Amino acid sequence: MIKSIIVDNTHVMANSEDVRCKCICPPYRGIEGHIYKQNVSLKDCNCLHVVEPMPVDGKDVEAYCLRCECKYEERSSGTIKFTIIMYLSILGLLLLYMVYLTLLEPMLKRRLFGHSQLIQSDDDVVGDQQPFANAHNVLSRSHSRPNMLNKVEHAQQRWRRQVQEQRKSVFDRHVVLS
Amino acid sequence: MESEQLYHRGYCRNSYNSIASASSDEELLDGAGVIMDFHTTEDDNLLDGDAASPGSNYAMSNGGGAASSTTHLLDFLEEPIPGVGTYDDFHTIDWVREKCKDRERHRKVNSKKKESAWEFTKSLYDAWSGWLVVTLTGLASGALAGLIDIAADWMNDLKEGVCLSAMWFNHEQCCWTSNETTFAERDKCPQWKSWAELILGQAEGPGSYIMNYFMYIYWALSFAFLAVCLVKVFAPYACGSGIPEIKTILSGFIIRGYLGKWTLMIKTITLVLAVASGLSLGKEGPLVHVACCCGNIFSYLFPKYSKNEAKKREVLSAASAAGVSVAFGAPIGGVLFSLEEVSYYFPLKTLWRSFFAALVAAFVLRSINPFGNSRLVLFYVEYHTPWYLFELIPFILLGVFGGLWGAFFIRANIAWCRRRKSTRFGKYPVLEVILVAAITAVVAFPNPYTRQNTSELIKELFTDCGPLETSQLCKYRSQMNGSKAFTDDPNQPAEPGVYSAMWQLCLALIFKIIMTIFTFGLKVPSGLFIPSMAIGAIAGRIVGIAVEQLAYYHHDWFLFKEWCEVGADCITPGLYAMVGAAACLGGVTRMTVSLVVIVFELTGGLEYIVPLMAAVMTSKWVGDAFGREGIYEAHIRLNGYPFLDAKEEFTHTTLAREVMRPRRNDPPLAVLTQDDLTVEELQSVINETSYNGFPVIVSKESQRLVGFALRRDITIAIENARRKQEGILLNSRVYFTQHAPSLPADSPRPLKLRSILDMSPFTVTDHTPMEIVVDIFRKLGLRQCLVTHNGIVLGIITKKNILEHLEELKQHTEPLATSWYYHKKRHPPSHGANGKPRSRVHHVQLIRSFQDGWGRGGEGSDEEDEEEEVVCLLNGSNL
Repeated sequence: MIKSIIVDNTHVMANSEDVRCKCICPPYRGIEGHIYKQNVSLKDCNCLHVVEPMPVDGKDVEAYCLRCECKYEERSSGTIKFTIIMYLSILGLLLLYMVYLTLLEPMLKRRLFGHSQLIQSDDDVVGDQQPFANAHNVLSRSHSRPNMLNKVEHAQQRWRRQVQEQRKSVFDRHVVLS
Repeated sequence: MESEQLYHRGYCRNSYNSIASASSDEELLDGAGVIMDFHTTEDDNLLDGDAASPGSNYAMSNGGGAASSTTHLLDFLEEPIPGVGTYDDFHTIDWVREKCKDRERHRKVNSKKKESAWEFTKSLYDAWSGWLVVTLTGLASGALAGLIDIAADWMNDLKEGVCLSAMWFNHEQCCWTSNETTFAERDKCPQWKSWAELILGQAEGPGSYIMNYFMYIYWALSFAFLAVCLVKVFAPYACGSGIPEIKTILSGFIIRGYLGKWTLMIKTITLVLAVASGLSLGKEGPLVHVACCCGNIFSYLFPKYSKNEAKKREVLSAASAAGVSVAFGAPIGGVLFSLEEVSYYFPLKTLWRSFFAALVAAFVLRSINPFGNSRLVLFYVEYHTPWYLFELIPFILLGVFGGLWGAFFIRANIAWCRRRKSTRFGKYPVLEVILVAAITAVVAFPNPYTRQNTSELIKELFTDCGPLETSQLCKYRSQMNGSKAFTDDPNQPAEPGVYSAMWQLCLALIFKIIMTIFTFGLKVPSGLFIPSMAIGAIAGRIVGIAVEQLAYYHHDWFLFKEWCEVGADCITPGLYAMVGAAACLGGVTRMTVSLVVIVFELTGGLEYIVPLMAAVMTSKWVGDAFGREGIYEAHIRLNGYPFLDAKEEFTHTTLAREVMRPRRNDPPLAVLTQDDLTVEELQSVINETSYNGFPVIVSKESQRLVGFALRRDITIAIENARRKQEGILLNSRVYFTQHAPSLPADSPRPLKLRSILDMSPFTVTDHTPMEIVVDIFRKLGLRQCLVTHNGIVLGIITKKNILEHLEELKQHTEPLATSWYYHKKRHPPSHGANGKPRSRVHHVQLIRSFQDGWGRGGEGSDEEDEEEEVVCLLNGSNL
């Protein structure tokens, strides 16, 4: 991710749209306040280069320009675009997964296995909390070598159990983070 | 948590059966055969092992998969058992043990360095891993902070409208190149469409106002709803600010999953949603949590850190510095924050690494440039105007306000959180978030100061009124007639614009105060820094404008006469806002030095140190007068985390004897004897008690201390032996000594558990004052400490006993809700699973007189050959 940001950065630096010099000039002798924006480099970012056309005559230019405040600003639109799109896509994926977990999966499970499966899995959760099974868990983690699919399944199952445990302690028992 | 469930009696019985059924009679015979070999060869092997480099155990660690031959069997006897030396969830780590482990590991790596080039590379990697991990943490937290900043800005503007030409730009970026040149149109550009324009087709009028109002509430509610749903479904630990928990974790507590991948992802994603939903919360506190998650995840790449909880906490200290560094653009402030507020153990090495991590993180964020102002924070300001001595009075008044606000906020918020914790009201977290978000959105929209992003509000309040400012706050009379030549003078009579701004600010202040109390503690990621600063900034700005007007109308007062001439620029309301922000933050968090440095880095001017320090110190004093703890300590106490605050002083005169367990009327201390327990007896001790560790004594007769064995290690070791060593039966003898006890010939093979025995447990005598014990616990980070009398174990003091004791002594102040260590069964229920009273025959029944401090005199000369053994803490546990 970092690499891509840097790549974006260098790519975007070339983009002249991402640099601006913004001069804000306050009202002066009947002339309305104005905001000027120009694509100029940092060293050219002053009133003389940016304010065009100059609203005052030659002798007043200096007085007018003294009041103007020029700020050089740069951004990287590529980074912004990349960030927002990435953020939205992750958010979207998470939402889809959330909908799947909360709505679809229980429905599918109920249709496929009936209620017995659900009850059994609840039993497993409790059974794992006893002292020796706990040790069993720790040991089996380092020694069993199941195939890939089992592993994924197992990891997912474990993650779910963790989240359930977290949910219980945060929302039901209120022992942490209240 | 887990330990609460450890006591479902019904299941304990099952585990017996499983162990019993696993070993059959055939194995018994095999096992007996092995024992003979075992006896003859063990000593040599041990001697060899000791004589060789200390690294010999390490090399064997991948050995004993198949225990077919005798040599293999011996190998894995000395091989570290996987999982030993790790901790259960919600347990406290033992800093001393962890540091010992690290030294041992370091010695091993060093001694192997010269063996081969590969080993040398490994040692180099090991030496550099500390710097590598903080670099990676800094990079990741900087990048994530950039992501959060950009996405939160965009989402926040999404409540008002959308950029048609490029969907991913926020309002400011959308109008980047537009040519609206006059002041009146500066915020209007054709690409940016408000929702009313898009839906109704008109930008002005009451219809569009209502439409915008409606869309604002709609987006706020949907963001808040999404945030709380994601938190609830994927990572409940991602809610809250996270700083109290990180403080507790850094002090040596284990909360599994609190700094994990899912927590990181969900916290990052939902933080953006929560900030954008307009709730009165900030992203600064959660950023510390995000950075700590990064630190924890990266520490898994380096065995030095992943396997040692104490070392991991050094990385986390550095990570929290990086978090504050990106939150405020203040690397030094971040390091000081880590030192002053969150860290527990902060050696110089960590200081350097924290600084490095903070710099890397700040640099990454700076190159992402999320705000387009080449700064790390939105509300960066630069003042050049001086301040005058007289102004210290309003600054100190602001400090008083900050202290009062802090004390009030802590009281009110804790009361509300306790209500949430203890009553049924806490059962509806989603509903609560929705409700608070709805109220916030409905009330916030009509007031321009609450409608905008809180960071932007702070920026506006901090910014001084120049000739270029268009905000309501700067609508002074002179600026309206532009023909006047001297428009630079900000000390002008206020005009209706400023007065209406004052009203709005006052309303915003009240609104923020009320909403922040109810928002902090919601089940979404919510920080406290920004709302506190906003409240302080509003109050400060109001005071600043008041003083300014006072100086304008009464410039002939002796106070103003000397330095505030007519037309001179003598009062800077923005500075007052900044001082007020610092004071309020100081009142809430009770930070001093780090806060001043953070604000100093925000302004980049040394000259405001004195006003800031005056206000912050005043607010701390005033706040401390109402209650000594800051919001984070208050939340730690509310949740009952085992956190031993190093700032508090212990001034009571109790003795170790009065605090230790067992107490007078309790059942005697559960202890293990070093060589005459069987596996079955050991298991029953473990199943029938809930203690997390057991002192090991010489024998029932002598009761002298040998060492300390942790419950988790014992269970793991027994389970491991049951799987891998043949011939371990329920009636096998368990021994903790160097040599197996002499057994009858027909008995099954004994089980050696010496490798899990902590041979150097910390002990104090029963007459040690608690003052010293508390100091030992704080400074060394102990988990437990044994109490002895004449070398005989009397009892044990754990960190939680000390916390309970402190709480008891504090009772006269204010009783807090029962903390969780009251929920845990410290004393095991006196009835077993079958309802019968439990037998305690396997425990050594300590004679009552011991606990009363009466020694039993010369206890006999059972020392055996203990002295000649090399005392090696946790020998062989490389994990």
